[in-house]
Amino acid sequence: MSTPTVEQHSAALDAAEAGGVQLITVTLRIRRFNPEEHPEPVWVDYQLTLDPKERVLDALNKVKWEQDGTLTYRRSCAHGICGSDAMRINGRNRLACKTLIKDVNPEKPITIEAIKGLTVLKDLIVDMDPFFQAYKDVMPFLITNGNDPTRERLQSAEDRERFDDTTKCILCAACTSSCPVFWNDGQYFGPAAIVNAHRFIFDSRDEGAEQRLEILNDREGVWRCRTTFNCSEACPRGIEVTKAIQEVKRALVTRRF
Amino acid sequence: MQIHQYDTVIVGAGGAGMRAAIESTQRSRTAVLTKLYPTRSHTGAAQGGMCAALANVEEDNWEWHTFDTVKGGDYLVDQDAAEIMCKEAIDAVLDLEKMGLPFSRTEAGRIDQRRFGGHTRNHGEAAVRRSCYAADRTGHMILQTLFQNCVKHGVEFFNEFYVLDLLINDGKTAGVVAYELATGEIHVFQAKAVVFASGGTGKFFKVTSNAHTLTGDGQALVYRRGLPLEDMEFFQFHPTGIWRMGILLTEGARGEGGILRNKDGERFMERYAPVMKDLASRDVCSRAIYTEIREGRGCGPDGDHVYLDLTHLPPEQLDAKLPDITEFARTYLGIEPYTDPIPIQPTAHYAMGGIPTNVEGEVLRNNTDVVPGLYAAGEVACVSVHGANRLGTNSLLDINVFGKRAGIAAADYSSTVGFTELPENPAEKVQALVDGLRESTGTESVAQIRKELQETMDTNAMVYRTGATLKQAVEDIAALRERYKNVAIQDKGFRYNTDLLEAVELGNLLDLAEVLAVSALAREESRGGHYREDFPTRDDVKFMQHTMAYQEVAEDGTTSIRLDYKPVVTTRYQPMERKY
Repeated sequence: MSTPTVEQHSAALDAAEAGGVQLITVTLRIRRFNPEEHPEPVWVDYQLTLDPKERVLDALNKVKWEQDGTLTYRRSCAHGICGSDAMRINGRNRLACKTLIKDVNPEKPITIEAIKGLTVLKDLIVDMDPFFQAYKDVMPFLITNGNDPTRERLQSAEDRERFDDTTKCILCAACTSSCPVFWNDGQYFGPAAIVNAHRFIFDSRDEGAEQRLEILNDREGVWRCRTTFNCSEACPRGIEVTKAIQEVKRALVTRRF
Repeated sequence: MQIHQYDTVIVGAGGAGMRAAIESTQRSRTAVLTKLYPTRSHTGAAQGGMCAALANVEEDNWEWHTFDTVKGGDYLVDQDAAEIMCKEAIDAVLDLEKMGLPFSRTEAGRIDQRRFGGHTRNHGEAAVRRSCYAADRTGHMILQTLFQNCVKHGVEFFNEFYVLDLLINDGKTAGVVAYELATGEIHVFQAKAVVFASGGTGKFFKVTSNAHTLTGDGQALVYRRGLPLEDMEFFQFHPTGIWRMGILLTEGARGEGGILRNKDGERFMERYAPVMKDLASRDVCSRAIYTEIREGRGCGPDGDHVYLDLTHLPPEQLDAKLPDITEFARTYLGIEPYTDPIPIQPTAHYAMGGIPTNVEGEVLRNNTDVVPGLYAAGEVACVSVHGANRLGTNSLLDINVFGKRAGIAAADYSSTVGFTELPENPAEKVQALVDGLRESTGTESVAQIRKELQETMDTNAMVYRTGATLKQAVEDIAALRERYKNVAIQDKGFRYNTDLLEAVELGNLLDLAEVLAVSALAREESRGGHYREDFPTRDDVKFMQHTMAYQEVAEDGTTSIRLDYKPVVTTRYQPMERKY
């Protein structure tokens, strides 16, 4: 058994525990939009001093709390679990609370804008209703026939593992709003809805797979996916989104799941 | 202003609110008002599990669970409520499984269970495997499963509706007033029954595991309507938050074999809790960590933290059982938990106190009487099943057991009574509040006052308290409340005015921080999460009772706090010395 002492520290642990913080100056270049004030979006630069190990969300908070209270965005948990703060940071979909300043090239202005494909309502806030509607349309709940057992349904560890990846989804919309098909066609279910269908189609306890597959066999269903892998890259939970979509496509062809 | 009418209104869409909504929607016309989208709630941040004596992996029974809960709460638990919770825990877990929750499984395909702090076999003999879990994502899975079932049952949500007032007429519940974030419009919801499930209030501390949004909204507005708040001095500090950030690292990490170590590499919990060691209750572990730090055995250049060591556990076990917290260590600290210990410190985590209720979720207006039609469940409430210190996993249990109970009770009530007439000008108070903030020409900033509040709370009302530090906190908070009257916001608009929202939230935090500090100052003993260095022992003669704090408003409008006390319900367990 290891008993770590000061002598055995890795360089990474030393860096994590380091005392004095090296503050840096960064520029956040934020795409602001408030139709109450101006009909068109505008890019506004904010300069601030912070620790490069802080989160992009910390930087946004600093702007809002110390410079401009009108800056508007959603946030809650601040550690990548609640899915409130998906946004485009340097052109890539990320959660602001899971992205450290040092990892987004802070020598240059860091660009921040709302996610694409959903209507921007104010600054970084988009209308999430179409996103949640697509989710609801795939019947994202366990469907079973007959009476419930007295105790729990049995499920082997292997069967549980089969759909583990897609249970991680936090409905942040980073995947769906990174998809070029979704940008051009708001009717497309989008990756997140398919991920949540996958979560039940491949759950050994579920008996609704046929119904869900029929829904996704629609013109706006899985066949619109062009396998660009943007969604997998965007997912802050590391879900292999494109793979999940491919598995749903295969299930539609083979009817095996 | 719009007026809506529903039989039952639920305020909050976390675990307790959605569990209530699933029941209530099937029995009465129900609306759920939530200041966030439902899946953003902080239930999703819970990690380690939900205890129930399923006995799937070793002998267990709900009576042992009840004893652990009562002992864990340092005998301030109402034992009738704890019995109900621990007995109904088994069905609560099975309900979730039937709703589709993907629990981690045993070899035999049953729900797997693991060890957790303070949960023991046969009244303290040894740790027991009682926590039902889904990796370290149990809260996430509960939140998603409940939301999925809300979709299934067609629960009607009003997303991003911030409830700012409770309407009571002639002593009976009449409805609530909400502010629609998207438009700035005020909505009155007339309702026969209202269930508060709006969560905790941990954002008045600086180092906290709580979300930005946990600002005690429900507690504050009920309190301002003259109803009491119970046991607000009892706040839990979770032993293992990421150093300085406060992000939660589950107790399940120690349940899986993780060890707390000081700078000498010593497993120091052996000195503080010889039997349970790292799995002693949270208050015991948090005090031990601060004692190590104070006595110079803390880690790092400033000696201000200790380590959570997982390096002796196989990487496969970490990947399977603790995937999220190991990722947090990589993301936020840049370290590799396979080989590096994780710097941690106690983090403000959970309010044991809240709006007092009975076991049906009915809100009390004094020690014995309820407010007809008013219910509360989850962290906002105080049943009291957690007493002076909540056991790990019992909050996920609380939201499921008492969320369900409150949902059923509220719907049953609202299907038997008529509407209570709305008071005259029902939105007057809320209109004045938001207009006042929008039009204020004051000079104080929300962020600055909040920062100073968090600083005084961390310095004076945390794990170690004394009369002097608490008096300092009371003074500081009074000064901040005075300055808050002169607060101004920059955003004067109506659309998604989160500047205004934060100002309202700060007002709630200030009121509740004052209740915490005043209640803590009056409690001259140490019990569970409330530790007074000037009164280091438990005093069952004077203080084995719940604090009930009321806001008193003088004729000139100035407010003060009146403290009263309520007896603890004791059934089968007499108080004993608490050792782990």
